[in-house]
Amino acid sequence: MTALTISVDRPAAPALHTLTVVELRKMVNTRAGRWLLVFVALCGVALVGVVLFAAPRADRTMPEMYSASLSGVAILLPVLGVLSVTGEWSQRTALTTFTLVPGRERVIAAKLLAGAVLATLCLAVSAVAAWTGRALGAVLDRTDAGWGVPPSMLASTLLLAVLGVWSGVAFGMLFLNTPLAIVLFFLLPIAWSVLGETVNALDGAANWLDTARTTAPLGDPEGEMTGRAWARLAVSQAVWLLLPAALGTMRVLRQEVK
Amino acid sequence: MIEADHLTKRYGDATAVQDVTFRCEPGTVTGFLGPNGAGKSTTMRMICGLTPPTSGAARVLGVPYRRIANPGRHVGVLLDAAAQHSGRTGRETLALSAHVLGVERERAERLLREVGLPATAARRRVGGYSLGMRQRLGIAQALLGDPRVLILDEPANGLDPEGIHWMRTLLRDFADRGGTVLLSSHLLREVEAVADRFVVIVGGRIVAQGDKRELLGSSGGTLVRAVDPLGLENALKDAGLAVRRAADGSLTVPADSETVGRVAAKTGAVLLELRPAGEGGLEELFLSLTAPEPKETPR
Repeated sequence: MTALTISVDRPAAPALHTLTVVELRKMVNTRAGRWLLVFVALCGVALVGVVLFAAPRADRTMPEMYSASLSGVAILLPVLGVLSVTGEWSQRTALTTFTLVPGRERVIAAKLLAGAVLATLCLAVSAVAAWTGRALGAVLDRTDAGWGVPPSMLASTLLLAVLGVWSGVAFGMLFLNTPLAIVLFFLLPIAWSVLGETVNALDGAANWLDTARTTAPLGDPEGEMTGRAWARLAVSQAVWLLLPAALGTMRVLRQEVK
Repeated sequence: MIEADHLTKRYGDATAVQDVTFRCEPGTVTGFLGPNGAGKSTTMRMICGLTPPTSGAARVLGVPYRRIANPGRHVGVLLDAAAQHSGRTGRETLALSAHVLGVERERAERLLREVGLPATAARRRVGGYSLGMRQRLGIAQALLGDPRVLILDEPANGLDPEGIHWMRTLLRDFADRGGTVLLSSHLLREVEAVADRFVVIVGGRIVAQGDKRELLGSSGGTLVRAVDPLGLENALKDAGLAVRRAADGSLTVPADSETVGRVAAKTGAVLLELRPAGEGGLEELFLSLTAPEPKETPR
């Protein structure tokens, strides 16, 4: 019996980086995944164009263009995070995934890491789009602002993008259903924003719980992250990211795979 | 080796699987049979650690499936050929699994050809595959890690006759090389042709299990057909045997074929047929075991 037990310990379980590469590949090798990424890029390029040709000359700065190029990342990348989880259930590939990797928590970790890698890659593409826009602006004499993006802005936009994908993954795990997860991912924060703005009593709470408000300083070229702003961000993310992620993880670990 | 040890699965008040115990030894093909909703798939999912049993346990290669570090390298599993991402190509699907298992990409390519998915088919999206092609892809995936155990749920579904023959040969060779196969199927004749042992489950309970010979041989009696049925019937009755005559003139006798043959030889009857009774074989057994039970209500 001992010899048998040793033999099932080898070969070793796939390493986390292997699983991350696999999950990354699964995010981009389907038609849905590819089109989402194409739209992320197109959104970025289009909005850089808007800044270049429609914004007042004073606003045609590099940080503004970079910020504009990230619109697709902010809106569509979380959808890819949702799909990376819900696709496994709607297409029923979870059957294969969890048969090959029974440690489901490792698959979840790999999905989160893959989402972070993808967010970083998307940011790099956005930055290239922004700098291309700036170069075009120079050629067409539509801007003479600087070429730099503050490193703090690069860091905060990366954080924002990663948090976005992760909440997508978290919502996906919580609902395990593509349309439900996507609709609620967008609807709940919007509903909250509307409530926060219309109901005076909720306004104070919204400053801490409305992700649109708490993340605003991160993506804004003029924004500044004060200690209070960080605290608000942390509280809102605890509600919109950590809570669904924790409940969703429990659900995925326990859910019977059919 | 696969062991199911008093596996039970309840969903609320409904019991899907009740106290299922069986073993599959290396070198054998075990046919897992039962009507729709009998609990075959649920049992197989419990063996593969995808469904937690309410009580009982299952072991593969001596340990619970989830204890195997890289299970795909020891156990080939195909639970549902339709459960593949329709937006990926066959080749990409297999390449992903090869990456997880840590086997060479070249092996995936070779397996695709071996299961009958040539390059043109492998480049197409799985969404455009027929069920038979998905089964072939699923088999390639199950074989990818060069496993010692195969757990296949309805692998012959949707395959053409050539494909069914191919599958039968593949499973027989696999077992003859010392592998363990657990195979569920509705295609009784295919299972009968390949399996050494059967486990029959009805309404979540095992109603019969054992060697092919034990199960099919026990249906009893000998069927004999002679040019002169009446003459033989009388001779058999004279020999003190009970005889039942069918409309086509064939006689069923509750005795072994040697006894019946000797009586025929003594009277000089010209025989057209002499064989164990029960033409249906597995099918007859299956129907006799499943008929009295009402169909389980679907959950």
